[in-house]
Amino acid sequence: MNKGLPKWADIILIPFLSLMLAFLVSGLVVMFIGKDPIEAVKVMVSGALGKYGIGYTLYYTTSFIFTGLSVAIAFHARMFNIGGEGQAGIGGVGVAAVLLSVAWPHWTIAIIAASLGAMAFGAAWAAIPAYLQAKRGSHIVITTIMFNWIGSALIVYLLVGPMQAPGMVPETLGFSAGSSIPTLHDIIPAFDKHAPANVSLFLALFAAFGVWVLIWKTRLGYEIRAFGHSEKAAIYAGIKPVKIIMVAMLVSGALAGMMAVNTVQGEAERLILDTVQGAGFVGIAVALMGRSHPVGVVLAAFLFGILYQGGGELSFAMGIPREMIVVIQALVIMFVGSLENMVRIPVERMFVRFNKGAA
Amino acid sequence: MTVETQTQGRSETAAPVAPAIELIGVSKSFGPVQANKDIDMNVAKGAIHGIVGENGAGKSTLMSILYGFYKADAGEIKINGVTTEITDSHAAIAAGIGMVHQHFMLVEPFTVLENVIMGAEDGPLLRPSLNKARKVLMELAAEYELDVDPDAIVGDLSVGFQQRVEILKALYREADILILDEPTGVLTPAEADHLFRILENLKSQGKTIVLITHKLREIMAVTDTVSVMRRGKMTATVKTSETSASELADLMVGRHVLLEVDKSDAEPGETILEVKNLCVTDFQGVKKLKDVSLQLKAGEILGVAGVAGNGQSDLLNILGGIEAADSGEVIMKVDSIDLSKKASAAMRRERGIGHVPEDRHALGLVMAFQTWENAVFGYHNNPEFSGKFGLADQKVMMEDTKRKIEKYDIRPTNPHLLAQNYSGGNQQKIVIAREIENNPDVLLVGQPTRGVDIGAIEFIHKQIVALRDEGKAVLLVSVELEEILALSDRIVVMFDGVIQGERMPKETNEQELGMLMAGVDPEASA
Repeated sequence: MNKGLPKWADIILIPFLSLMLAFLVSGLVVMFIGKDPIEAVKVMVSGALGKYGIGYTLYYTTSFIFTGLSVAIAFHARMFNIGGEGQAGIGGVGVAAVLLSVAWPHWTIAIIAASLGAMAFGAAWAAIPAYLQAKRGSHIVITTIMFNWIGSALIVYLLVGPMQAPGMVPETLGFSAGSSIPTLHDIIPAFDKHAPANVSLFLALFAAFGVWVLIWKTRLGYEIRAFGHSEKAAIYAGIKPVKIIMVAMLVSGALAGMMAVNTVQGEAERLILDTVQGAGFVGIAVALMGRSHPVGVVLAAFLFGILYQGGGELSFAMGIPREMIVVIQALVIMFVGSLENMVRIPVERMFVRFNKGAA
Repeated sequence: MTVETQTQGRSETAAPVAPAIELIGVSKSFGPVQANKDIDMNVAKGAIHGIVGENGAGKSTLMSILYGFYKADAGEIKINGVTTEITDSHAAIAAGIGMVHQHFMLVEPFTVLENVIMGAEDGPLLRPSLNKARKVLMELAAEYELDVDPDAIVGDLSVGFQQRVEILKALYREADILILDEPTGVLTPAEADHLFRILENLKSQGKTIVLITHKLREIMAVTDTVSVMRRGKMTATVKTSETSASELADLMVGRHVLLEVDKSDAEPGETILEVKNLCVTDFQGVKKLKDVSLQLKAGEILGVAGVAGNGQSDLLNILGGIEAADSGEVIMKVDSIDLSKKASAAMRRERGIGHVPEDRHALGLVMAFQTWENAVFGYHNNPEFSGKFGLADQKVMMEDTKRKIEKYDIRPTNPHLLAQNYSGGNQQKIVIAREIENNPDVLLVGQPTRGVDIGAIEFIHKQIVALRDEGKAVLLVSVELEEILALSDRIVVMFDGVIQGERMPKETNEQELGMLMAGVDPEASA
C-alpha cells in the first residue's frame, strides 16, 4: 500500500499537502470574487481562534468529534452510516426525555443520565437500519438516509405535539437548573462568557479514546476490522456478520446521539427544532479526513470547527457570502478525501527517487 | 483473409527467416521493484515456445509489455525482424499478436459470434460483421479442431469452450503470434490435451505460440524451446528435447528441489469424520452436492480430485462451517456436527477441524491485516489470548506469531508486515502455520499450493505429510492431479456434485482419474 513511504509522510505530510492545495484553490476562488485572500485567511484564523471565537470553534469541534467517530466506527465495519443526522436528532429527544422527567440535583449526575439517554435513543435509531441490513440486506446507505427524514419528521411531531411546551413555539420546556452543565468559561475564565463550548468536549475526547481502545485493543474491534476488510474472510474465521453489523451500528448510533449532550443539554437547554444543523454529514467528511482513526477524527473535527466558525466571521467581516464557506469545505473534502492520490503518487515517486539516490 | 495469413505462414517456414519475436534488453520496473531486467529472447517462427518461472518471476509483465499493456523502460521489440513500437493492444493486434488471458475477457451474456467480433466490427451495422464472422469461424473450426457453436451464449459454455472462443477471437483478428497465459489452469486433462492438439494444428499452419505456464509437464509435452525466468531475469533458454522437468525446476528456483513427495505408507486408524448423504443447493438453485458420502480416517490423507466447480469447494465450506447444508449428516468421532445456518466456523475450530481454504486471498487472510493479526485469525477468542479487562492480549499473540514465523520459515520475518506484501508462498505458510499449530484432529486443505512457488510447495507438502504422520486426518482438495497423486493415501474424484469413483494412488494414473473427472467411469464403460 505505502510503497517505501515512511509513516510520517503517510499520515502527516500527505494530508498537509492536500490541505494546502485545497486552501490554495480556495484562495483563488476568493480572489476571483474580488476579495483579498490573505485578508480572508487572517479573518478566518483570528475569527476562529481568537478569545471570542475559540469557544464556538470548540463547540462545533465537540459535535464533529462525536459524529466523526460515529461514521468512523461504522466505516471500520464497512458500513456507510450516513444517518448521523437523524441519530443525533433522536439522541436529542433522548436527552430531553431524561432531563425533563426528573429534576436532577447536580449536573454531574444529569450529564451521565443525559448521555445514557442520548446513546440509547441514538443507538435505537440506528438499530432499525442495522437490523434491516444484517437480516434482509437492505442497503444501509438508503435506509439510514431515509431514517434522517423520518427522524426529522418525528421531532417536528413531538415538538408540536406530545413534548411541546405551552404556547405556540415548537420547543419543549426548559431543562431544570440542576441539569445545566458548565461551559468552558465556568472552568477556565479565559474563555469568553458567551461561548457555548462546554464540558461535553471532554466527553468527546474520552469517547475518542474509548473508540481507539475498542477498535485496536479488543477482540470485538479486531472482529469489526476483519469484517470491514473482508466479509468472506470474517465468516471463514467464525465471525458472525449479523453480530458485527448490529454492534458497529449501535455504537455508531450511540456516538452520534451523544452529540445532543453538547447541543441540547449544553447549549439550547431544551429541545428545539434542527439541533443537528448538518453536523451528521460533516461527520462523514471528518471521518474521511481523519482516516477513521480517533486521533485523526479529533484533529479533523477541530479543523472543521475552525472552518465553521471562521467561515461565519468571513461573511460577517468581509461580506464573503456564507456559501463560500461551503465551497471551501467542499474543496477540503475533495482534496483530502477523493483526490488524495493526486498528492500521494508524486510524493511516493519523490521518495522512491530520494531513496534510490541515498542507496 | 485467413487464407492470406496461412499462405504467408507456409511460405515462411521453409527458408531461414527472422524470428517471430525478438526481445533485446527489455527492462521494466514498478517503483523500486525491477520486474524485468535486461531480457533477451528469441522465438522462432512457427515454434511453440514455453516460458516458465515462479510467481513474480516477471513472466506476466514481459507478456504484458509484448501485448502493449505496459511500456518497457528500455529495450527493443522486433516482430518478424522489424522493430515495432507496441504502445497499446491495438498496436499489438496490428503487429499480429493475439493473447489468451488466464482470466477470460469475454462478455458472458453475449453469443460466441458477438464476442468474436467485439472491437473488430466492420461498420455501424452488426449484421454484415456477424455474417462474415460466421463464415470465418466455420473455416477456422474445420482447420484447427476449434468447433464451437457460433450462436451459443458464452456464459453457458464450459471453460474449455470459452477458451476456444478466446483463441478464435485472436485468430479472427489475424494473429500470427498467439500468447497463452496459464491456459490449462481451469481445464480437465482431456480438455488440456485437446488444447494442445489445437496448438499443434496452429503450429503446423505456421503460427507462433508462446505458452506461459508453471506446469513443467506441459512444457515438456508440447513446446519446442523453453525459456526460464527467475527474479525478473531470463536465466536460460533451452531446447525442450535437451532438458528435463527436474532441470527446469532447478533453474526456476535456483537450487535443487524435490519434485516427488517423500513419504512413507499411511497407517490409517479409526474413522474420525464420516460424511453421509450430504446435499446442498446454491442460491441459483443448482445442486452442488448430491448425496455425497465419504469417510476420513485418522492418519491418512484423502485426496479429492476434480475440475474446479464440481462440488469440492462446497464440501470444504460445509465441513469448515462457512456454508450450511440442505440435508445429510457429518459425524466427527461419535457426535454429529451442526450443519444448519446457525453453525459457524468458530464452532468447527472448537471441535478440532482446521481449514486451509482454497482462496487464501478472500478467505484465509485479511490482506490489510498485519502478520500477527492474521496468525491468530479465527483463533483470536482462544483463552490464551484473553488479557486484562477483556482486552486482547497482544503480547501473547505477538509471541505466538514470532514462533510460527520461525518454525515455518515465513519471510520476511517482520510480524507487522501486511499480508498483501508477502509472496504467495509465504502467505500460504502463514495460513498453514496457523491451522496446523492449533493442532486440529481434522485438517481441511484446499488448493494448498495454488500460486505458490516451487520451493514453498516442497515445504508445504512436507508439513501436510508430517501432520498425517502424527495421526491426524487430512482432507485434501486440489485441481492439480500431480499434487493429488503425490500426497494422497486414498483418492476420490468428484464430478457434478457426486463422488464419481474412489482409487488408490498406486493403482491408478492421471488418465484414469482424468476420465473420472470428466464424468466417465472407465470401469463401467469397459
